[in-house]
Amino acid sequence: MNRDSARGPSQRGTEEPPLIKWLLIAAALGFCFVFLLLPLANVFVQACAKGLAYCTEALTKPDSQSAIGLTLLVAGITVPLNVVFGLAAAWAIAKFEFPAKSLLITLIDLPFSISPVVAGLMLVVLFGLQGLLGPWLEAHDLKIIFAVPGIVLATIFVTFPFVARELIPVMQATGSEQEQAALTLGATGWQTFWHVTLPSVKWGLLYGIILCNARAVGEFGAVSVVSGHIAGKTDTMSLRVEKLYNEYDAPAAFAVASLLVLLALLTLAVKVLMEWRQARGEKAAR
Amino acid sequence: MSIELRNVTKRFGEVAAVNGVSISVREGELMALLGPSGGGKTTVLRMIAGLEMPTSGDIFIRGNRVNDVSVQRRNIGFVFQSYALFKNMNVANNIAFGLKVKKWNRADIRERVAELLGLLGLEGLERRYPHQLSGGQRQRVAIARALASKPSVLLLDEPFGAVDAKIREELREWLVRLHHDLNVTTLFVTHDQEEALEVSNRIVIFSRGILEQVGTPREVYEQPANEFVARFIGAMNVLELEVSDGAARAGELEFPSYGLAQGQKLRIGFRPYAVQISSDLTQYRYHALLRHTFFLGVLLRVELELPSGLTIRARMTKEEYAHQGLADGKEVSFQIRQYRVLAKESAPLPPERELPYQPPAAIGENI
Repeated sequence: MNRDSARGPSQRGTEEPPLIKWLLIAAALGFCFVFLLLPLANVFVQACAKGLAYCTEALTKPDSQSAIGLTLLVAGITVPLNVVFGLAAAWAIAKFEFPAKSLLITLIDLPFSISPVVAGLMLVVLFGLQGLLGPWLEAHDLKIIFAVPGIVLATIFVTFPFVARELIPVMQATGSEQEQAALTLGATGWQTFWHVTLPSVKWGLLYGIILCNARAVGEFGAVSVVSGHIAGKTDTMSLRVEKLYNEYDAPAAFAVASLLVLLALLTLAVKVLMEWRQARGEKAAR
Repeated sequence: MSIELRNVTKRFGEVAAVNGVSISVREGELMALLGPSGGGKTTVLRMIAGLEMPTSGDIFIRGNRVNDVSVQRRNIGFVFQSYALFKNMNVANNIAFGLKVKKWNRADIRERVAELLGLLGLEGLERRYPHQLSGGQRQRVAIARALASKPSVLLLDEPFGAVDAKIREELREWLVRLHHDLNVTTLFVTHDQEEALEVSNRIVIFSRGILEQVGTPREVYEQPANEFVARFIGAMNVLELEVSDGAARAGELEFPSYGLAQGQKLRIGFRPYAVQISSDLTQYRYHALLRHTFFLGVLLRVELELPSGLTIRARMTKEEYAHQGLADGKEVSFQIRQYRVLAKESAPLPPERELPYQPPAAIGENI
């Protein structure tokens, strides 16, 4: 009995020889293991280098607690706002024809193409003490740069495209006939949006929210420029990790980092779960 | 009057999609808006629904001017060509949607939905989602949804366009029966003249945004108002004639000159059924060669080629064909029983309007 008949004949005429197939699979898996999984596991190992007690202590320090709180606050403000902006932008692009449409699409992509550091600097130039609006803000006792509002603004800027980018193709594919049908049935604009538009884009929207949230939690560059690194006040988790690491407290840095990694893994898990549910839904549709 | 349009015009930029159209639809009527694609029929329907605003002119529904009434408050039922069912809702919720947003109470909604499911033969499908339905079922759900809150008029955009030919036939009969049962004023758009002739009480014929004729199927077929209608409804042989020696001629065919001077032109048309054929060469004045026979079911279409090269289409029953002992390649005599003058040369002859390609129907095409 030869090898082929043992494994059963190939199902497709175009299939590669088995050797190449397994080489490719091994290469892909090996790469993922060495460059993605190993470093990730190492984060947890390093976090516990001085024992689990040290790790939990590092996380419960007031400065760390405040960093965690700030990160959640920033994500909590950024994500809802970007959902609203994203929906509005996607709606405008998918449902209306207007002259500046392609310009708007390009603008939505701007945060993707710009370095986050530059994004942070733009805010400093605008709102900083030496900036355009600086004197006016100073006179009215408003602090944006080196304060929480600056961090929120920077995060909004960086995460803006996620929701809109996910929604535009879905909305364009759906078209507007279902909405027109709802109108002819007597639904108000709001009812139409709530019962017809939103359900038809819910997967795209959730996916956008997940990506937006992941980036909002993990953003470093733009936030670093505008934060001012005031421990216990304007340090987010990412900034806290860097600071601890620079202070040669690697285990503590990795402890906070492992929390970020956990958040990321959780996000991925939710994403996989959603994709699975969506695939199941589509299968039922067939 | 159930629906009335007075001198309605709709422009998209420079283009007038609908140009000065006036139509009256009577209460309880089943009316077809017929015309070639791009003729402005759907725009008319959407203006009545309130999905488009007329550039000028007035629209009345049951005597009330509705130009400034929003879509939601016009109380119309609209069935989209693609049906536009709500994908995330099951059949029952699709039908109930309009009632829910109109704040009917639960018991009434349940009762009405059950009634419609029964009326449209959708029992047992209430928990299904649109993607689990056949094309015909989807259409019935769309109609049930449009009828749910008892609209004063039902508007259907190409209702049979999205289903295949076999189901289309059933759906037509079904629509006629439904209309008979409900007696709700119904206006539907179609580009298929056969469909319009078969289903409707009256037909409005459009082309290029202009109303060409309004009438019963019989009227538009037997007394077409103009050349366009004559050629659009039913099949027609069209000949261009030139007057010479006191008669209008094309090849060996001779018609009266209608007082036109030598050399002037004239266009006439005649239906294929108006051509009488005999295998007895002495019976009729003209002779021709029977070129091809096309089998259409009960009827046959034959193509005659005259010695001058002119080709004429004729139609006859199978029995007559057999009785005459006809066959391809046989020489026959024929006459034209009825014809119609389509255009006379006053100045130059108006150009023939182009007609969209009409795929031949399976049975009894344009009888």
